[in-house]
Amino acid sequence: MEAILKAALPGIILIVEALVLLVVALLHVAYTTYAERKVIGHMQQRLGPNRVGPRGLLQPIADVVKLLTKEDIVPLGADKGLFYLAPFISLVAGATSLAVIPIWNRFVLADVNVGLLVILALSSLSSYGVILAGWSSNSRYAFLGGLRASAQVVSYEVAMALSLVGVMLMAGSMNLSEIVKAQISSPFKIYALPQIIGFFVFMISAIAETNRVPFDLPEAETELVAGYFVEYSAIRFALFYLAEYFGMVVMSAVAVTCFLGGWAGPFEVPGLPFFWFLIKLYALLFFYIWVRATLPRYRYDQLMGLGWKVLIPLALLNIVITGGLKLWW
Amino acid sequence: MGETVLAAKYLPILILAILVFIIGLSMTIANQILAIRRPYSEKLVRYECGLPPSGEPRHPFSVKFYAIAILFVVFDVEAVFLYPWAVSFGHLGAFAYVEMIVFIALLLVAYVYAWIRGAFQWE
Repeated sequence: MEAILKAALPGIILIVEALVLLVVALLHVAYTTYAERKVIGHMQQRLGPNRVGPRGLLQPIADVVKLLTKEDIVPLGADKGLFYLAPFISLVAGATSLAVIPIWNRFVLADVNVGLLVILALSSLSSYGVILAGWSSNSRYAFLGGLRASAQVVSYEVAMALSLVGVMLMAGSMNLSEIVKAQISSPFKIYALPQIIGFFVFMISAIAETNRVPFDLPEAETELVAGYFVEYSAIRFALFYLAEYFGMVVMSAVAVTCFLGGWAGPFEVPGLPFFWFLIKLYALLFFYIWVRATLPRYRYDQLMGLGWKVLIPLALLNIVITGGLKLWW
Repeated sequence: MGETVLAAKYLPILILAILVFIIGLSMTIANQILAIRRPYSEKLVRYECGLPPSGEPRHPFSVKFYAIAILFVVFDVEAVFLYPWAVSFGHLGAFAYVEMIVFIALLLVAYVYAWIRGAFQWE
């Protein structure tokens, strides 16, 4: 009995760690939705949610409870299997990337050598959820939204993959912990300075990858109603919503790790090892919200043009320059 | 030995994926238990701004989307080729740099061709 317990212990610890990470991430995701509504509210001289709990702080919980008690409608003629599957693909692909992100020197769930590849693979997978949702709903709006989303995600995926090559060139590794350590020991401390082009391309493609304003054409509510998830209701709708915000959190975390020095800060905060990582993460999430409150939506041809004619050449140029400079030194 | 250690490193990713799936599934099940169900034919009809739906929802779509998909495959494979080069660039030296410039230049030829033929034009 004891032997079995001893053998199973690492596995149990691993599961508990994963569960804690997931619960904390879910709380962050829930309160990102609250922060978004509150911040945009104040930017537009409104109050934002303020009825449920003190200053509206219980709003995300009330939203979940409400969605749990709503009717789950499957439209006639929908492909049921795919219709049920699609939100799960989006959610799992969006949230699993958290496993490879080093939140602290000594806390990373999966310390794999190809961390960046895992993240890129998972972010490509999440577009399947969008396409399948659009196709299986048997609705015109959903179908058009799914088509647009797939073309957009695929285009910006390339720019994003190329923008990270510069980071790999400088760090000489794809392991995210190694990348942070390389940044700490480099003269710049953060790669956002020498990799300014890469950082710029990455941030724009990250916004496009997560289908956020100003690149939210797949769900442009003024023309496509809600895009690919127009036929989804109740908790299946909530799963897509969660997946979008998980995507935001994950993309910000990747940007913090690859360009902003991860867990490192100007000084150690005693007792709070995650402090600097979270501060940088919140700053980037605020940036996402700020962009949404400021910019109008792109036109579709402008969007594809920006991806293919501006960002990809810029990312390639960045690779050539970074390689040349590294050779020089 | 080496292989089991390698597999064990990837295990947490799988565990996290399963946990996320379980959380999503339990939320759907709770929804099934808690929610009322009163379907009728108008409610189940697909949404087209309140009008009765007309025609087939799955249109034939523009060939541009196929062109983008093909270009994506080309450029994504290029990115995957760049990754191992970037990681081991530190001890490869000037020759690898020149080789990669040639590789990128060859791809740029295809890129310029696609641009001239209007693959990035949307009207």
